[in-house]
Amino acid sequence: MIEQAPVLIVIIPLISAFLTPLIGWGKKELCYPFIILALTLSGFCSVITLLTVMKTGIIHYHMGGWLPPWGIEYAVDYLNAFVLVVVSFISLTAAVYSKKSVEQELPEKTVYFYTLFLLQVTGFLGIVVTGDMFNLYVFLEIASLAGYALIAVGGKGAPLASFRYLIMGTVGASFYLLGVGYLYMATGSLNMADLARLLPDLYGSKVVLAAFSFLVVGVALKMALFPLHGWLPDAYEKAPSSVSTLLAPLMTKVSAYVMIRIMFTVFRPYFSIELFPVTTILSWIAAVAILYGAMMALAQTDLKRMLVYILLSEVGYLVLGIGLANKNGLTGTILHILNDACMMSALFMIVGAIVYRCGIREISQFRNLHRKMPFTMASLVIVGLSVVGIPPTCGFFSKWYLILGAIDASHWVMVGVLILSSLLNAILFFRVIEYAYIEPRDERGSGSMSLAISREEAPLSMLIPIISATAGVILFGLLSGRIISTVIQFAIPACF
Amino acid sequence: MDVIISIKPLLAVLVTLVAAVLIISTGERNRNLREFWTILASILKFSIVISMVPLILKGNVIEYTIISLTPGIALQFRIDSLGMFFGVLASFLWIITSVYSIGYVRSLDEHAQTRYFFSFALCLSATMGIAFAGNLLTLFIFYEILTVATWPLVYHKETKEAVMAGRKYLVYTLTAGMAILFGIILIYSLAGTTDFRPGGFLSGHGSANMLRFIFVILILGFGVKAAFMPMHEWLPSAMVAPTPVSALLHAVAVVKAGVFGCLKVILYVFGPELLHELNLWLVLAYFVSFTIIVSGMYALAQDNLKRRLAFSTINNLAIIIMGAAMLTPSGIKGAIFHMGGHGFMKITLFFVAGAIYVKTHKENISELDGIGRQMPLTMGAFAIGAMGIAGIPPVCGFISKWYMAMGTLEAHEVVFLFVLLISAMMDIAYFFPIIYNSFFKKPKDNVILRFNEAPMMMLVPLMITAIISIILGIFPNAFFNFFNLASTAAGKILGGM
Repeated sequence: MIEQAPVLIVIIPLISAFLTPLIGWGKKELCYPFIILALTLSGFCSVITLLTVMKTGIIHYHMGGWLPPWGIEYAVDYLNAFVLVVVSFISLTAAVYSKKSVEQELPEKTVYFYTLFLLQVTGFLGIVVTGDMFNLYVFLEIASLAGYALIAVGGKGAPLASFRYLIMGTVGASFYLLGVGYLYMATGSLNMADLARLLPDLYGSKVVLAAFSFLVVGVALKMALFPLHGWLPDAYEKAPSSVSTLLAPLMTKVSAYVMIRIMFTVFRPYFSIELFPVTTILSWIAAVAILYGAMMALAQTDLKRMLVYILLSEVGYLVLGIGLANKNGLTGTILHILNDACMMSALFMIVGAIVYRCGIREISQFRNLHRKMPFTMASLVIVGLSVVGIPPTCGFFSKWYLILGAIDASHWVMVGVLILSSLLNAILFFRVIEYAYIEPRDERGSGSMSLAISREEAPLSMLIPIISATAGVILFGLLSGRIISTVIQFAIPACF
Repeated sequence: MDVIISIKPLLAVLVTLVAAVLIISTGERNRNLREFWTILASILKFSIVISMVPLILKGNVIEYTIISLTPGIALQFRIDSLGMFFGVLASFLWIITSVYSIGYVRSLDEHAQTRYFFSFALCLSATMGIAFAGNLLTLFIFYEILTVATWPLVYHKETKEAVMAGRKYLVYTLTAGMAILFGIILIYSLAGTTDFRPGGFLSGHGSANMLRFIFVILILGFGVKAAFMPMHEWLPSAMVAPTPVSALLHAVAVVKAGVFGCLKVILYVFGPELLHELNLWLVLAYFVSFTIIVSGMYALAQDNLKRRLAFSTINNLAIIIMGAAMLTPSGIKGAIFHMGGHGFMKITLFFVAGAIYVKTHKENISELDGIGRQMPLTMGAFAIGAMGIAGIPPVCGFISKWYMAMGTLEAHEVVFLFVLLISAMMDIAYFFPIIYNSFFKKPKDNVILRFNEAPMMMLVPLMITAIISIILGIFPNAFFNFFNLASTAAGKILGGM
């Protein structure tokens, strides 16, 4: 059983996805407990996988007994075991959360929603677990197709946003596929470990260079790195709450993982850093992305749209760490995969809860919200502080390592960018907090009749995931030293 | 010197955190129970803190490591004499301020009292964390928590003015926080550690210019909360907060956290030797001298009593740093003692301002003529505080200023002696007219003022702090060996040379 864990992580949600319509056909209400069960099992398997990796080192799982490079191999090391745990638990949180909001937003389509939800998770998990370039493409497409459909079921404007995403996403996927094709032409292999062995002799080849460029650009498109982000704001904003809670935290993180894999495992770091200095280019692009996202977020009056732009800025953080290409920078990125997934998941859940209860997203309408939804708003404050980077929340530690990495690389501009972006985030979140908490009064101190507002907290099935994600934000901050010393330091490619 | 492992520092920090949770879960439903939590926590905290004093006086260090944050840095408390000094000061004054606060908010029937007491408790947790921090990162964590926790107290009134003051406060302090963070990260990447060591740990790391740069950004960063000019603007604006907040936070906890941070940087990160080597101490002394003189002038021009007190605070904070910047035994001793002495004196003055406001709703100095007849005890306490700030014996301000003056002479820099004397004269110039007018001038509108004092909950605390100011002036060691703590700290720092 334990040796099958890597494949079960993917198989369980995949099979369950196809069973969901059958169950829903019989009894609609059973779908929700069923997917929770499926995702819990899958999360359990990913924890087992991580523990096995910590005990015995890299796991090689050969699909159907075919040996690599001919068969598909699942290769799990510290890096993807870590990302697997993050992905499976964030999706479990999103699933628990989705119940009420799906009932409200998509009452007719719950069964299909849950089917697609599971397929989406399958895609994410598959991308992370696989050790085969083409298999990765397959899962990338499963994730994307499920994503297009999930976004399109949203409200007004969602189909168009989803169509735009579909066009851009397909371009990205095609780029990736082209890249894989070129690599196959040059080497005759699709297995990552095999490619890593074969490629160094071919680093001079134009085909390999083209393949590398296609791969990086394709992945950058999928993760919405500036300036390839055009599709993201509309798509994630228009999507139903329970969909953006799943997609926003995970799609970008999974893509960041793929980028690290391609740049530092499939290709040797010295290729990506010296022969073909992508890392330098990426770090500058990332710097622009960070500032662009934060600035655009400043211009938004709608909380969800503001979060979407903050997400773009967070993508910048992830890529910046990759671009810095040193130990501290990569520690920052990998830590930020966890931290940001947790923060974004909490934030999108909070927006969803506010929409569910009050139907508002305009920040200026948030007056007195702290009386109506005290726990939700308290969570918003804590997670907001984490995005700003106030210690001891987890966002601070991502910044800490990224700034350290920038100093190690003597990239002083990046240090400035990171500090500036913290301040911009501070404006963003303190503005929201100010609206939600301050009840304007006149000089005599008589305020609005705020006491009359009754408490209308989000339902428990929403509140519990929100609070656990918020607790995660604080815990992962305090435990960051432990997380790094037990997992992340081994997840960084060996030569750093 | 022994290192004693004890969980007490953590308890001292946590006790108020727990209280904060209890306060918010009790809420408006049961005000007396809510206030009981505040008082209970303050007393518990103070007893935990003083139970550690004897160990510290013997020259021990109390240490407690919670968790490792990053290689080389742990979330760690390490208490030595300086931290102990600050801890005793803040936790003792919190008890008094709590009593006073209850009197104040109930007399004025303030809104959002739960939020008020909640934030107050959080602030005290953070302050204790700062006092006990064993390294720069731990200090920074609590420093930032303090920044955020103080914000609701600044915007408490929720008028336009208060909200703007809150924003201003955040802009200043969060920007400063980023500067500090940058400095800390630079230190970490140079030295691989940020653990405080008496006498400094940075010598031998990095180039001279790099160290100078780090020193400048750290002092500027901590200097924002310590309200050095020209980064002081947030403090007078924040006077819009309720008076107990101004009293404890803007005279003791928050601004002293800034000063404490500066002291740690000067004495425990860089250290006297390195600062002499880099020629930074003179630059620093001139920089704060500017603040000392100019803030005195500003104070003369204020009519709002709390704003005048705020500028006087700015003045005294800079004096503390100037004393420490002399890097001589008397200078450092005087500076540390002034941190405590000024705390008692200034909190008295703020308490008086609050008592006057509660009783008469007057905020401006020009309206205070003859008020001494109505509130003789209150104004008597004011006179004691004002004399102390000006450095007139027997109030404790005299002792600290005496030592700092000695410090300037030990460092052979007579200029700073004059700075001290000029500032003392300005103190007299802006405080004594208030005392004179309140006792000897006739009230403007010719009403006959009867004896009508502030409520006991407010009067007793301000009398206590005034009396302690005098006691400390006569027996500097009377209060938990206050002076000895300061001199052990100075001794250790210079002994580490």
